[in-house]
Amino acid sequence: MSEPSVANLCARTESKSSRVSPELRILLEDVHLSFGGRPVYSKLSCGFPRGKISVLMGGSGSGKSTLLRLVAGLVRPDSGRILVADEDVTELSERELYRVRERIGMLFQHGALLDSMTIFDNVALPLREHTELSERDIAAEVSRRLTAVGLPDTEALMPRQLSGGMLRRAALARAIISDPEIVLCDEPFSGLDPLNVRRIERLLVELNERLGITLVITSHHIPSSLRMADLITFLVEGEAISGTPAELRVSTDKRVREFLDAERDDEPARPGAPT
Amino acid sequence: MRLAAIETLGFRTVTFVTHLGRIAAFVGSIFVHSVRPPWRVRRLVGEVFDIGVLSLAIVCLSGATVGAVLGLQGYTTLSRFGAANSLGAVVGLSLVRELGPVLTALLVTGRAGSAMAAEIASMLTTEQLDGLRMMSIDPVDFVVKPKALAMLISMPMLNALFICFALFGGYVVGVKLLGVDGGTYITSMENAITWEDDVAGTLLKSFIFGALVGVIATYRGYTATPTSAGVSAATTGTVVVASVTILLFDYVITALWGV
Amino acid sequence: MQPSATRDLIVGLFVAAGLAAIGYLSIQVGGLSYKGPGGLRLYATFDEIGGLKTRAPVEIAGVTVGQVVTIGLDPSMRARVTIDVDPSLKLPTDTSAGIRTSGLLGDQFIELEPGAEDQTLTSGEEIAMTESALSIERLIGKFVHDSGVESK
Repeated sequence: MSEPSVANLCARTESKSSRVSPELRILLEDVHLSFGGRPVYSKLSCGFPRGKISVLMGGSGSGKSTLLRLVAGLVRPDSGRILVADEDVTELSERELYRVRERIGMLFQHGALLDSMTIFDNVALPLREHTELSERDIAAEVSRRLTAVGLPDTEALMPRQLSGGMLRRAALARAIISDPEIVLCDEPFSGLDPLNVRRIERLLVELNERLGITLVITSHHIPSSLRMADLITFLVEGEAISGTPAELRVSTDKRVREFLDAERDDEPARPGAPT
Repeated sequence: MRLAAIETLGFRTVTFVTHLGRIAAFVGSIFVHSVRPPWRVRRLVGEVFDIGVLSLAIVCLSGATVGAVLGLQGYTTLSRFGAANSLGAVVGLSLVRELGPVLTALLVTGRAGSAMAAEIASMLTTEQLDGLRMMSIDPVDFVVKPKALAMLISMPMLNALFICFALFGGYVVGVKLLGVDGGTYITSMENAITWEDDVAGTLLKSFIFGALVGVIATYRGYTATPTSAGVSAATTGTVVVASVTILLFDYVITALWGV
Repeated sequence: MQPSATRDLIVGLFVAAGLAAIGYLSIQVGGLSYKGPGGLRLYATFDEIGGLKTRAPVEIAGVTVGQVVTIGLDPSMRARVTIDVDPSLKLPTDTSAGIRTSGLLGDQFIELEPGAEDQTLTSGEEIAMTESALSIERLIGKFVHDSGVESK
């Protein structure tokens, strides 16, 4: 059986050929999910390639964050298969999921750092829990990672003392400290000023280029998505439409167009006013 | 129309039993994590501080006050029968058998139980519990277990401290203010209270109450709705449910203990 | 509070205070003592024990030396009381046991009056001389009867 490719699996793709690698690290097949009677996805199928940056886009409530949670095993679908690093997470027990999660790091929208512990203790936690490293080695690792995300002197601070952007970067340091092969980022750019957006964008691209980490990012920040993504997947009306940025930019799909065009700055906010 | 009422009753009963089942599973999970490493001693010590040490002020103050009131009320009633010399016994027995464990448990529920529920519920709301799961750390093991165990350990000690402060409060009022002989007060108290009948019972009660509050508070926090209203509901629900459960169990234990 | 040596110290003090309070209540107040099965156990039979209850104190010259363990009936329908006293006591075999009342209306207890014999009682032996409890009703009845007889 040949490796499943993006072109075969996604509901619709913009072109028959895709320049992304055919090897998929994360794969969703025929996923159904509904919350309280309302369907979120029905027969959703899509995949994210190994070692590439995939961006999930869609309007609010389209289920982007939920898809990340499905991949992480935090939410179970009503039916369907979800393959993450060759394991079907829908079939695993909570115990077994902990094992798979050792290879996944997740960056939550608001960091999700433990607010009763210092930044140092937060970032050190995965190492303290799962490795036998000495305190000195741990301190060196933590320091290295915090410096890499641009937060060298924050170790003694508490999460509430950091701004939104700093909090996200600290959470990123925590997410990557165990050297995962997949990193899931939930809305890493939301609520940030343009400078911080660029900062985080650069950090994520660096992670991907230097360490080959498979990144799946949800975002509705179009410019950075078009800049950094190898593959963009649009979630509209429970369906997934995937393609490279180049392909999507010239897409004729009405829903995709509507989303992309909302970002254009040649239309005035007030009709009739000069641009 | 009557059918609808029966349906509701049936639904409510099923929900209640399901709830009980979930709580049982939750308790089982806490127990399993408690008897296996990692022991999380640092976190346990931190929780004993938050639950035990920070409750000292209210427990000791209330204890002294309750003891003083008992001394006053007891003296007024006993002196009518010329039995003021039994004040120590009356104050001591009431405290050790009932007022100590029950009042301590209610006070600690209000102070520490509600705080526990609120903290866990807000960790749920801010995705901190999911964050732990993504680091392959079980939130029950990391967050719930230390809190529940700390409550179990702290309750009997807070109870004993409450009783001691209350006995002292009764002494101050009875002896210093109302003129009961100090030696008589202490002797009648020591004679009336025995380990087998009274002190063992108070320790057992406070131990059970500690377990109840520990489970109820952490469960309500853990299963709260992840919104601000949900955090608030978890907090108030904890105080209400735990208080009622404590009083109910107090009756059951008292009846079974044969006291 | 952040983890620190101070915090650990405070928790340690709290636990120490709590255990001390429990210890005080158990031992000093509750009378829990490491009394192995070595207490001197003696028996006494009375015609009338009045309001004597188990765990009532056993005293000598006003000093508590033990307590009443069990109360029952012997085959001749008299009250048989088991007491447990301090094993270091040397009680002569002609010691007597009487049931007294604390004050006028108080609880009843057993008072032992040591005798003069050389031999001492050992565990399991019987105290021969016993004095039953005074019943107030009988006393009053006796008084009334006697004065009634006198006035004839």
